[in-house]
Amino acid sequence: MGNRIGLEVSLSAAEAVKMADVDCIAAYPITPQTHIVEHLSELVNDGQLDAEFIPVESEHSAMSVCAGVSAAGARVFTCTSSQGLALMNEIVHIVASMRLPIVTILANRSLSGPISIWNDHTDVMSIRDCGWIQVFVNNGQEVFDHVLFGFRVAESQNVMLPLMIHMDGFILTHVIEPVEMWEKEQVERYLPPFKPVHSLHPDKPVTMGGVGMPYIFSEAKVAQDEPLIQSKGEIISAWKELGDIVGRYYNPVETYKSDDAETLFITQGSYGETVSMVVDELRDEGKSVGLVMDRLWRPFPFDEFREAVKNANNLIVIDRAISYGGQGGPLAIELRAVLYKTKNQPNITNFICGLAGRDVTVDDFKRMYERSMEKIKTNPLEEDYEYYGVRGK
Amino acid sequence: MESTNVYAYKLITRKEYFSPGHRACQGCAEALAVRLVAKAMGRDTIVASATGCMEIISSPMPFTNWRVPWIHVAFENAAAVASGVEAGIKVLMRKGRIPKKRINFLAMAGDGGTSDIGVQALSGALERGHDFTYICYDNEAYMNTGIQRSSSTPFGAATTTSPAGRVVPGQITWKKNMPEIAAAHNIPYVATACPSYPVDLIEKVKKAAGIKGPAYVHILSVCPTGWRLPPHQAIKAGRFAVETGIFPLYEVEKGRYRFTVKIGNLRPVGDYLKMQGRFSHLDEKLIDTIQKRVDKEYGKLKKKIEQGD
Repeated sequence: MGNRIGLEVSLSAAEAVKMADVDCIAAYPITPQTHIVEHLSELVNDGQLDAEFIPVESEHSAMSVCAGVSAAGARVFTCTSSQGLALMNEIVHIVASMRLPIVTILANRSLSGPISIWNDHTDVMSIRDCGWIQVFVNNGQEVFDHVLFGFRVAESQNVMLPLMIHMDGFILTHVIEPVEMWEKEQVERYLPPFKPVHSLHPDKPVTMGGVGMPYIFSEAKVAQDEPLIQSKGEIISAWKELGDIVGRYYNPVETYKSDDAETLFITQGSYGETVSMVVDELRDEGKSVGLVMDRLWRPFPFDEFREAVKNANNLIVIDRAISYGGQGGPLAIELRAVLYKTKNQPNITNFICGLAGRDVTVDDFKRMYERSMEKIKTNPLEEDYEYYGVRGK
Repeated sequence: MESTNVYAYKLITRKEYFSPGHRACQGCAEALAVRLVAKAMGRDTIVASATGCMEIISSPMPFTNWRVPWIHVAFENAAAVASGVEAGIKVLMRKGRIPKKRINFLAMAGDGGTSDIGVQALSGALERGHDFTYICYDNEAYMNTGIQRSSSTPFGAATTTSPAGRVVPGQITWKKNMPEIAAAHNIPYVATACPSYPVDLIEKVKKAAGIKGPAYVHILSVCPTGWRLPPHQAIKAGRFAVETGIFPLYEVEKGRYRFTVKIGNLRPVGDYLKMQGRFSHLDEKLIDTIQKRVDKEYGKLKKKIEQGD
């Protein structure tokens, strides 16, 4: 068993990157990701991590450097947030199509404008369709575990896709939490050295990133989508093995007191922990409530999600991003699509809340529960959603 | 000197690392430059290419003209991708995961990919001091997308976004001086070259590859399609660019400037301008304006060379 210590979550993320023995780090500062790269630069400059630390001049170049490193056959890490992700967006899409297994932490933060440095999921949703494997984490321990999990899955020769870990900015990045470090021997057992399928080397020349003319483009895209869908198998087995080694088991969809619940909260990210307290309190009041947390965002766990909600009559979907002019928040839109054609469709009420770090407390979630029960009586429309806690609404 | 140059061509390797069968236009001097650069860099080279003519003509999947490892990611980031490849190979060698040997890292882009959209990534990579060579193949406009002006398009040239109109006579800004911008980063080696002078070009690229740290080579690459001149005149146009002093061939080694091809009396700029359709609308007054500017710029460069700094 590894040491259990109190550590800022950003620092523990950096420690996990060190344990993964990365070869290169491309780093650009942006709030609230910055502590991760700061600590990585310390680890490199103190000789605790033998890696090239490349302090690039922009996030666009950060992801471009990652592409080069990964194509050369080396293990690479970067992290970003919000505007940084928006700037590197172009390359985020390209590296997925090039099947480069880059691991990135996204410290979730709202997208401008108005400019705000605080936490929500508007940055996440801007790259929903980028072709990366995407997982949400709820706490510091999960961040640590998922860095090692990330490299293990991304670099698996059946997968070879980039992987992004979504971690709430400030709510996670800037808090001190107990984290159990892994033993070196556990890491070695779990994460083999990176063996690329192809890499850039003069002894075996390959051409990467050629032009896709109309006669081949669609084939290239299918060859990208299929492994992403199929990566679920590798993801699940990597979680199983992680559990067998360190005793913490993860699932595509996590549930809390959901089996017999009439009403389920659906969350992504660190709100899950708050809502689990809400569930306990509402249950004490005699209400039949449970929680389903979406951990795996892409590839989306359709079967696991349908299974998790099959006994519920009502779903309260908590979104932390807006799809302007759309059918609710991005999570609600996804879930409405997933449940289309299932028998006994539950009522779905959708709240958009906690934008740009606005606090959402246990009492707020209770009020959302009450509001949801009211709304269900009036038979809300498919595209119905509500901003929670906004003045004038 | 003349006779040794005739002999020198025979010493150029017959090996091709940029193979025949690519899809460039007839008379493309940029493709010729790429071929010469590939010869000069040799087998143990990894290329990171920007989006542009040279990328689309050489890599339509599932074909390739590259006999050395080659990667293309996007338009503006060749220098950043090359930085990553260089760092990745360096650390893999240091950690003993691949055998140690000298590998040349080459980033290549057109003038748009260098002086406009790629200038930030280039500046970052030069400042960080990666051990790589950056080559700008300058055909003086966005030829791949249909001859739009760039900051490297010369004054007076007509392009599809700087057309020769009744009021505005084509491009009305002066060509951005990228070699000087590169040299301002205090990197060990900067040079200009042109495939009309192949031995000079190869010498410079070899020097750039051999020097430790970043090197920048700016290659004027005549584009018959965009410059509106017959394909068979591409080499001649390159020579005239040099002989008029419009594109002097020089190098900056550890801060010291030196002409590599010395021109006695400069040819009048009109000789160069009048052979190209993109300048066909220029009147004598505008040609004189260009002549004055060329004289001034050439004089500035000459002074630096005479001062030895």
